[in-house]
Amino acid sequence: MSGRSTPSQTVGPFFSIGFAWLERADLTEGASGQGRVSICGRVLDGDEKPVLDAVLEIWQADADGRYAHGEDASKPMAAGKFFGFGRVPVNDRGEFFFTTIKPGGVDGRDGTCQAPHLVVSVFMRGLLKRLITRIYFPSDPANDTDGVLSLVAAARRGTLIARSGSEPGKTLVWDVHLQGDNETVFFDG
Amino acid sequence: MNPLRGYRKPAPGTQPEYLHPAYASSVKRAPTQPIVTLPDSLSEITGPIFRKEVLSAKAFDLTQQHKGAPLGERIVVSGRVLDEDGRPVRDSLVEIWQANASGRYLHKWDQHDAPLDPNFTGVGHTFTDEDGHYRFATIRPGAYPWRNHANAWRPQHIHFSLFGPAFATRLVTQMYFPGDPLLEFDPIFNSVADEAARNLLISRFDWATTTPEIALGFRFDIILRGRNATPMENR
Repeated sequence: MSGRSTPSQTVGPFFSIGFAWLERADLTEGASGQGRVSICGRVLDGDEKPVLDAVLEIWQADADGRYAHGEDASKPMAAGKFFGFGRVPVNDRGEFFFTTIKPGGVDGRDGTCQAPHLVVSVFMRGLLKRLITRIYFPSDPANDTDGVLSLVAAARRGTLIARSGSEPGKTLVWDVHLQGDNETVFFDG
Repeated sequence: MNPLRGYRKPAPGTQPEYLHPAYASSVKRAPTQPIVTLPDSLSEITGPIFRKEVLSAKAFDLTQQHKGAPLGERIVVSGRVLDEDGRPVRDSLVEIWQANASGRYLHKWDQHDAPLDPNFTGVGHTFTDEDGHYRFATIRPGAYPWRNHANAWRPQHIHFSLFGPAFATRLVTQMYFPGDPLLEFDPIFNSVADEAARNLLISRFDWATTTPEIALGFRFDIILRGRNATPMENR
């Protein structure tokens, strides 16, 4: 069954005046005893030029794989107050940077466990609706059996997996390629 | 394990496509590879739920955020946020931003040669109530030129950002005004192929919220995605 909801429209070039108050690039508040991980990258357009007016929104589970949301009854309520939301604009060099914790695996469909991941919305001028993608963590054995990664052609799967940065385990790099040979995998919503 | 109820996919034509060549900025930014269909999981049916304490009392009233009154025609913009089944979306964050009455945004990249208004920022936030109602007081934004094509002008609009109950219901859209002669020429408005869906973007004049001696009322209801009727078995 399909529906008719209000259509999306672009955020336009000036969304930062409306989004700034809720920017949140440090997601670690309330996280319990886990190592921080910093994720940085760029958003690149069809000419491989950095986009200077994009914003990412992040949604993720806590270190135990639990979402701070009433519909996640999968695990006992976590003791901390981890929220799991980030709103991260790119800077005037086209780079974004945020700090978080690696989430635990969350329940998937059909009784499987999803590999640790963040879900990401990307907004910018030129996008009439948000792009939806995911960030997975490098060298996690759970990636090999993840139900969502398995929906993606093997040759493109790597666009969803961050790569290790200058400090392995602490810094990750993940770029969004809107077009081109390394075009990021995007999902419908 | 509780079964998960996902959200409906939009009917064909009711949402814009990424590539819409009449909107020039989409050409280098729209994905070219097929979009991968993703069945909703726990990651999509959950999402950030914000607390009302994050807002100041004046956040809903864009005419009261400075020492003086902004220039322009005062309006009240209100409506309900509902899902596709008509259920209210309760206690949910709504963000807006807009140009001032002259058609100028308070943004460093806006080069339109129209005056800024020291008494108008153009940013508001509020929450829906338990029946899904929201309300903003603001001024009617001006139309403004852009460089998409020769002599291009955006119709008057207010940007809306909504979260709803889940990552899956996130929506950013624009509200337009009834009878705006620029609508038929606007590639962003016309990016929605389905006429009935497109017209959901146009507010309507509303006597019920028109405030005597103060402000004209415009009603803008917003419909977020509805849920699938049948739970999908998770386990």
